[in-house]
Amino acid sequence: MTRALRPRFKIADLPGYLLLGFWSLLVLIPLWVMVVNSFKVSLDIFRDPFGLPPTVSVEGYQALAAGGTFFTYFLNSLEITTVSILGVLILASTAAYGLANWTNRASRYLLLVFLAGLMIPIRIASINLLGLVKDLGLMDSLWGLFPIYAAMGLPMGVFVLTEFIRTVPKEILNAARIDGAGSVRIFVQIIVPLIRPALATVAIFNLVNLWNDLWFPLIIIRSDDQRTLMLGVTRLFGQYQTDWNKVLAVLTTASVPIILLYLLLSKQFIKGLTAGAVKE
Amino acid sequence: MASMRKSLETDRNLFWLWWIVPALAVYLVFMAWPLFNSLRLSFYTGAGFKLDNFIGFDNYTRLFGGGEESTRFLGAFKNTFVFFFIHMLVQNSLGLAFALLLARKTIRGKPLFRTVIFIPATLAIVVTGFLWKLILNPQWGPLNLLLGKVGLGDLALPWLGDNHLALIVVSLVSSWQWVGIPTMIFLAAIQGISDDYFEAAEIDGASPTQVLWRIKLPLLRPIIGVIAVLTFTGNFNAFDVVFAMAGPNGPPAYATDILGTYFYRTGIAGQHPVGIPDMGLGAAVSTVTFVVLLAGVLVMQTLSRDPVGDRK
Repeated sequence: MTRALRPRFKIADLPGYLLLGFWSLLVLIPLWVMVVNSFKVSLDIFRDPFGLPPTVSVEGYQALAAGGTFFTYFLNSLEITTVSILGVLILASTAAYGLANWTNRASRYLLLVFLAGLMIPIRIASINLLGLVKDLGLMDSLWGLFPIYAAMGLPMGVFVLTEFIRTVPKEILNAARIDGAGSVRIFVQIIVPLIRPALATVAIFNLVNLWNDLWFPLIIIRSDDQRTLMLGVTRLFGQYQTDWNKVLAVLTTASVPIILLYLLLSKQFIKGLTAGAVKE
Repeated sequence: MASMRKSLETDRNLFWLWWIVPALAVYLVFMAWPLFNSLRLSFYTGAGFKLDNFIGFDNYTRLFGGGEESTRFLGAFKNTFVFFFIHMLVQNSLGLAFALLLARKTIRGKPLFRTVIFIPATLAIVVTGFLWKLILNPQWGPLNLLLGKVGLGDLALPWLGDNHLALIVVSLVSSWQWVGIPTMIFLAAIQGISDDYFEAAEIDGASPTQVLWRIKLPLLRPIIGVIAVLTFTGNFNAFDVVFAMAGPNGPPAYATDILGTYFYRTGIAGQHPVGIPDMGLGAAVSTVTFVVLLAGVLVMQTLSRDPVGDRK
């Protein structure tokens, strides 16, 4: 069945295949170089950086494990990313529920206030944010990132979820209301299950952005035990600079979780990372 | 009766407002207010976090009025535009080309190509920046080793050490990373074009080139605007790629210094040799960035407006 629908190769498409093929190699070769060389001893890397390791060495990974701090960085990132995503999902979905139901001019302005954040990078506010984090006593603490990350995720989250909640058929909500369900119950039992795909989109958008963020950890965190993974990577890169297998082990370990997750959920990733872009 | 109805209505309004308040509070306190305050602080100076000395436009005079600070700032400003321009040229043209190809019915292996093109966009800029820095290493880097092996040793350049090359190379690596985003946005837009257009064109005997220039590109014009705006805001906010590949000082000789790194040095980290951040000056840099972003976004939205007239 699918075989019959498959288009036949056309000669006119050849330049297209060449471009796509060339680009695919340009993406895959660096990643291959990263992973395969992390399992080589340094001498083998310089002899042939593209081939399989003549002798498999886990020296780089052993050094990472022995250092101990890498694991701390990883856990820190896991913690702050998870908590921040939960924070964004709760705040954005309740706000979106309010904005979708409250139909007057004020709510439209409020939505615009949130949308303005899509255009304005929060980094511009860094100078004052630093002061704010300091006043809260959260300077040099992993948790100083939490309020910033929560605020950062709101514009996209509120935008995507409000649009989605507006598509929930009014009949369902009216039927629930007639049955005596209050707004909290409608939210928890009807809205949340219905908007799960949109929640996933918002979660993935924030997962990638927060996991990969360097800027705010860099300006807020100094202590080694508070570092996030990406901030830790910059430290280890400096420290191991000449030990290529160690450096590559760091880079591989830092990126493989996201790559695997992406390969499993590539549709949702693509949707999540482009969803904030297309309005109207 | 009417007034009672009115008060019921207000209650209902206030009721929905309560659902919005928590998010609004976090958003205002940690985004809107700090932004506003950062703009205000650009008129002050002081030691460390204590910016209590009002100095009017002095910070701006230092940025624009000549002198060494001004040279650095305007250099970073110019480099940011070059950085943006290369993204528009390389990243977005490639993105459009990929999307047009991935939308073709006759191309096979589309899911594979789509997945591969998008991989770098999911990775941390720090990771890809460091990785490319190693690959481009003049002595040990795989790229120059490869060029040597295939007899193109003359092309094995010090990619990140050359004043003229470094910024271009960094911009190309960043384009490599982000090209998946415009690709997917263009692809969704092309797939959204009604088949009627293409059928009508086929009946009229239009060539593929005519279909591209007369149908697809004009219909994609608003999306090109969206992508230009995204690229602009993203690039004026860029920092990580230069930080990872070159360093916070934008070497060599400030050739890769962009607004992000300049802002980091002046406002956050403190510059060599003093090492104390000048937060008032940093705030002025943010304010200029903010104004440029706002102006740029407005210009691009006007340029890309649907010529057929506003939809809706």
